Amino acid sequence: MYPAAFEYLKARSVRDAIAFLKQHGDDAKLLAGGQSLVPMMKLRVARPKVLIDIHRIADLNYIREESGAIRLGAMTRHVQIEESSLIREKIPMLAEAASKIADTQVRNRGTIGGALVQADPCGDYGAVVLALNAQMKCVGQRGDRVIPATDFFTFAYSTALETDEILTEIVMPLPDKCSAGVYLKLEKVAGDFAIASAAVQLSLDSGGACNEVGIGVTGAGMVPQKALAVESLLRGKTMSSALIDQAGQLIQESAEPIEDLRGSAAYKKKALGAILRRAIREALQRADARKPS
Amino acid sequence: MLKKISLTVNGKLCSGEVESRTLLAHFLRDGLRLTGTHLGCVVGRCGACTVLWNGAPVKSCMVFAVQAAGDDIVTVEGLAQDKRLHPLQEAFWKNDAVECGYCTPGMLMSAYGLLDKRIKPTEKDIERAISGNLCRCTGYGNIVAAIKEAALNFTK
Ligand SMILES: Cc1cc2nc3c(=O)[nH]c(=O)nc-3n(C[C@H](O)[C@H](O)[C@H](O)COP(=O)(O)OP(=O)(O)OC[C@H]3O[C@@H](n4cnc5c(N)ncnc54)[C@H](O)[C@@H]3O)c2cc1C
Ligand code: FES
Ligand code: FES
Repeated sequence: MYPAAFEYLKARSVRDAIAFLKQHGDDAKLLAGGQSLVPMMKLRVARPKVLIDIHRIADLNYIREESGAIRLGAMTRHVQIEESSLIREKIPMLAEAASKIADTQVRNRGTIGGALVQADPCGDYGAVVLALNAQMKCVGQRGDRVIPATDFFTFAYSTALETDEILTEIVMPLPDKCSAGVYLKLEKVAGDFAIASAAVQLSLDSGGACNEVGIGVTGAGMVPQKALAVESLLRGKTMSSALIDQAGQLIQESAEPIEDLRGSAAYKKKALGAILRRAIREALQRADARKPS
Repeated sequence: MLKKISLTVNGKLCSGEVESRTLLAHFLRDGLRLTGTHLGCVVGRCGACTVLWNGAPVKSCMVFAVQAAGDDIVTVEGLAQDKRLHPLQEAFWKNDAVECGYCTPGMLMSAYGLLDKRIKPTEKDIERAISGNLCRCTGYGNIVAAIKEAALNFTK
């Protein structure tokens, strides 16, 4: 199974990659970890004439804490995110999402930037970046810009990124100290794409009411979604079983899942409601241990 | 257009001419005649083609050979030294972890990648490490047992 022939260019820096993109326009595609693009090329769903390999750009591979945010270079691999002690401590839901992607071999190659730009409707990072209100930093011929996560996903497999732009960094604002987060995923077999998943980050005040809350879900439609209605339902309220059930109901009613081999639309709606309820409960348990006394 | 590439495979410098679209798996099998690396699905789902790329297990059907130029690759042929089975291979043999053998090279390389970085893996670590490798015969039990045993006396 061979892809169509292409010209291979190795970019050593972001500047190289931008110059190559400028030169080759729509004929070119960036190659990051290749874990989505290579199979698509073999199936000939993608037939770029030029492939710009960015996998050796070391400047795009980092995880650091800086001015109240965790910053990840777009070429940071799933395995690095999963194993990073900084991420595990500060944004556990991100490490949890990375650890649930595919298998060891795919996590060794695949990158967070590639996964976000691939924008698979069932990909794992979408829910996380929406829950945390992350920002995507991009660089192109016309300069830099920042795209908020809420504007990033435009349709299945499509993003707000222009074809001559490169995603360089993902900025995740650090959640409040007493806030806790979780990422839960329902999958057919370990490492498969999600049937439904939920990322929930929340904090409780001393009285036990929900303070801050951020929720992202996949499996509700063509793109990962920020569950704004559920967030406003929970914000400021004292948590109860009835409220959590209501949250599940709310997401279920608004969801428009894609029917496929992983399940019917009706099943997926129920699955999403259940996974969200479970995630809220788990986040609450974790937040309870951290709430101010 | 053919490109000349050189890379280290199982400790030896090798070179060959490839098209940009040649998969690493095809270069290893057809170019270097290292047919121990198996091809099952060729779309990244079965893990039979797993090799180490700069020390990390990857599916060699998901990488173009040109990408690995200058790098270090280890295939299943790199495990046995001086015609003596590697302890991992020995453990597979002793534990009946092989039936048809199609998945075995990939299993061995995934296991090697795990043992190479952590000497005492838990059963869960082992299961996670081989979760990208499908076996249609064994039911995995003997494979996990073999890797567990090999972990006890693993040397590089
Ligand atoms: C068997 C298997 C199972 C999988 N399961 C899951 C799963 O459960 N959950 C999940 O989320 N994903 C899953 N994936 C996909 C995996 O996460 C990929 O790693 C990811 O989707 C793509 O990342 P990549 O670095 O490999 O990108 P590539 O495949 O190299 O690129 C993907 C796309 O993004 C573009 N691109 C890449 N980097 C940039 C950049 N910096 N700027 C602009 N454009 C860029 C490329 O041009 C291409 O169009 C799976 C893949 C496989 C093979
Ligand atoms: S042949 Fe490479 S994963 Fe199946
Ligand atoms: S032994 Fe036959 S596929 Fe594993």
